Amino acid sequence: MSDTEEKSHGSRGSFFGRRFARIREINKKYAGHHVTMTPAVKVALFLLRIYLLVLVAILFVKFFTILAGR
Amino acid sequence: MPPPGQEQDMKTPTAQPTQRKNGLGIVPRLYYSARRGWKWFAIFLTVTGPGVIVMVADNDAGGITTYAATGAKYGYGLLWFLIILGPVAYVIQEMTVRLGAVTKRGHAEAIFDAFGPFWGWFSLTDLLLTDWLTLITEFIGMTAALSIFHIPPLLTVIVVSIIMILMVLQGRYWTWEKIALFFCLFNLVYIPGAILVHPSVSDIIHTGGIPNFPGGFNNNMFFFLMANIGTTIAPWMIFFQQSSVVDKSLKERDIPWGRLDTAVGAVATVLVAVFIIITTGSVLKGSAVQDAASAAVALMGINKWVGTLLAIGLFDAGFLGAICISLASSWAFGEVFGWAHSLNNKIKQAPWFYASYVLLLASAGTVVLLPGAPLVLITLFVQVIATTLLPAAMVFLILLLNDKERMGEYRNTVLQNIITVGVVIVIVALSTMYAVTTLFPNLLK
Repeated sequence: MSDTEEKSHGSRGSFFGRRFARIREINKKYAGHHVTMTPAVKVALFLLRIYLLVLVAILFVKFFTILAGR
Repeated sequence: MPPPGQEQDMKTPTAQPTQRKNGLGIVPRLYYSARRGWKWFAIFLTVTGPGVIVMVADNDAGGITTYAATGAKYGYGLLWFLIILGPVAYVIQEMTVRLGAVTKRGHAEAIFDAFGPFWGWFSLTDLLLTDWLTLITEFIGMTAALSIFHIPPLLTVIVVSIIMILMVLQGRYWTWEKIALFFCLFNLVYIPGAILVHPSVSDIIHTGGIPNFPGGFNNNMFFFLMANIGTTIAPWMIFFQQSSVVDKSLKERDIPWGRLDTAVGAVATVLVAVFIIITTGSVLKGSAVQDAASAAVALMGINKWVGTLLAIGLFDAGFLGAICISLASSWAFGEVFGWAHSLNNKIKQAPWFYASYVLLLASAGTVVLLPGAPLVLITLFVQVIATTLLPAAMVFLILLLNDKERMGEYRNTVLQNIITVGVVIVIVALSTMYAVTTLFPNLLK
């Protein structure tokens, strides 16, 4: 690998490194819930997770149906 | 006119002392009433913006197509349904006004802060995907509309993108908002369009004013109802209006004005939808309308002016939708990544905010120009992806509006909760069915 290639590879790595560091920072900043976790909130978030899982499962079924049809 | 909260108190627009007024004659009393009315109107003009813009932009290119197709398929039969959707959209959007004015945070940041990174990233990623795909449909609408006037898609995409970029780069939220409001006025072209086809008012009232399902409640009807819901209530609207309220620096005392702004917008959005349905329902009933552009072409054969107005309206709808959707994403990114993200910032102050805006527009515009791009598939996919975000965004909205610590006296009342939770449950159930039937069209047959 030439010097120039190494340099550009290094700067690219640091670019992504900086982006991931920023994401880690955001995760740390917003870690945990800052809303009063009443039973209603807990139930709502639980139902939302289930709902999204079902929806994702449906999307997967559709995806594999299309694949099988080909 | 000064920005809100800077030069005048929005709550006290020159109330004339009753005692003094009672001692005056009719002419001075009329004068004071007119002056007070004008002051109220001036304050309304100052505060109005986010609500009207988001509601009018809600009638985007996809929305115009849906309304045109609804009118062509069922005539005036589903007008009552559109009228019901107005208050529903108001109920959802009003919450964003309160949340933005009280927390001074956009919806994306509010989700991150309240529910943590998992739900935050989920919402942000889903928003970006939905917005980008919707943006493509806006470009499809704009290029199709201008193709009617023989303007090539490439020219449309380039010129429109430049205008949209210049609109935000001028460095003032205030100016951007007034330009956007100016473009909102063009959405009213559907009103003269409908008048020109000479619809029967008695038919409109008797057929469209009474709730009914023309041809019965079947698979087709369900699709049309859901498409109309999907175009009236969209996830990006929640993100856009809340961020817009924050960027405009609306405060708690401005909430009543924000409500009025949203209510006026809701009336405008319903009015536009109703007049499009009246237009296509009057002259294209029974014909299959694939998209608004083909409806405009068909209308040109009947009345040149009506078709032209529909095409202009379609372009304007795509344009408004595009500026709002791309801004909703850029605001959300700015909030979460901590970039400067106000339209009051210059490019040097908020480079990432403007870069993300330009990137979104440029990439979506490029997709439309790609030969053989799966545009139909994209249009279909938008509905499904939006369905995953809409329930989440609405659930978060209600939970945030019920957080006593965050909202204080501005949190939802019991009555508001009954209405909003009811609306959310119905929308979630219907939109899920819509997503499933979009993926598996033969399921309900």
